[in-house]
Amino acid sequence: MMNLYWSSWSEFLAMGGYGLYVWGSFGVTAVVLLAEVLALRARHRNLLRDAHDNPEIERSEHET
Amino acid sequence: MNWFKYAAPQRFYALSGRLVPWFAAAGVLFTVVGLVIGLGIAPTDAQQGDSYRIIFIHVPAAWMSMFVYLIMAFWAGIGLMFNARLASTLAIALAPTGAWMTFIALWTGALWGRPTWGTWWVWDARLTSELILLFLYIGYMALHAAIEDPRRADRASALLALVGVVNVPIIYFSVKWWNTLHQGASVSLSKAPTIATTMLVGMLVMSLAFWMYCIAVALMRTRTLLLDRERHTAWARQAVHQGLGAK
Repeated sequence: MMNLYWSSWSEFLAMGGYGLYVWGSFGVTAVVLLAEVLALRARHRNLLRDAHDNPEIERSEHET
Repeated sequence: MNWFKYAAPQRFYALSGRLVPWFAAAGVLFTVVGLVIGLGIAPTDAQQGDSYRIIFIHVPAAWMSMFVYLIMAFWAGIGLMFNARLASTLAIALAPTGAWMTFIALWTGALWGRPTWGTWWVWDARLTSELILLFLYIGYMALHAAIEDPRRADRASALLALVGVVNVPIIYFSVKWWNTLHQGASVSLSKAPTIATTMLVGMLVMSLAFWMYCIAVALMRTRTLLLDRERHTAWARQAVHQGLGAK
């Protein structure tokens, strides 16, 4: 069985003195990926509503 | 089973709608396992200390930035050759995700470079060619957005995407062809990996997580674009009706 490398939370957060770099990497990546998913979901919902309310429009002005 | 029937936008819309939750769930699972291994179990690196843990997102993101470009250019080319709407839509749907992967690779690279090399950025072959990749993605999206007619936009931007393919081998082999600050490949098919087994497993699991993420997000965006382009058609109206009913 493999064990956790860290013996405490504060040690884990400090990342051996590289906390800023490690968490700066993982944090920004998490924000980017979550934001992309949430933005896509919102866009799909808006499209569904808009297509329902304005059936005469052929296509949104800004597609991408 | 006739796979070509899924080339029809309405079939693809329905099929991908069922597939997205599975890719998303697999992505979450691989991410959790990969993070536990990479941040929790893997030991520290003798030379770089814990800053090396950035590898668990830097390398998968950098791989995906190149893979997504190749897949995007492939579908753009298919769309151009066979005048296939779905292929062209897949290509343009991949571009923002590829651009974000490139951004993540550059961002995490800067945060890794600072403690390791003492600098956020150098104009060496690997970093510069990866930055050019980001500009290629942005240029491709900008060109597509600038042309009013979607089919003409597909064709013009496909040419740009195909020309840009030449940059991908330059990125990949840059660390061999030029003297650079960037280290060589961590994983290669021709020789034993230069990193410990736990690190390798963590990196591969995180790579699977990034693959699943990119597939799920690209499928989501393809569905939205297809529905938008075809919103005047009978199948799209029905899909809109069903989509709103489910909420």
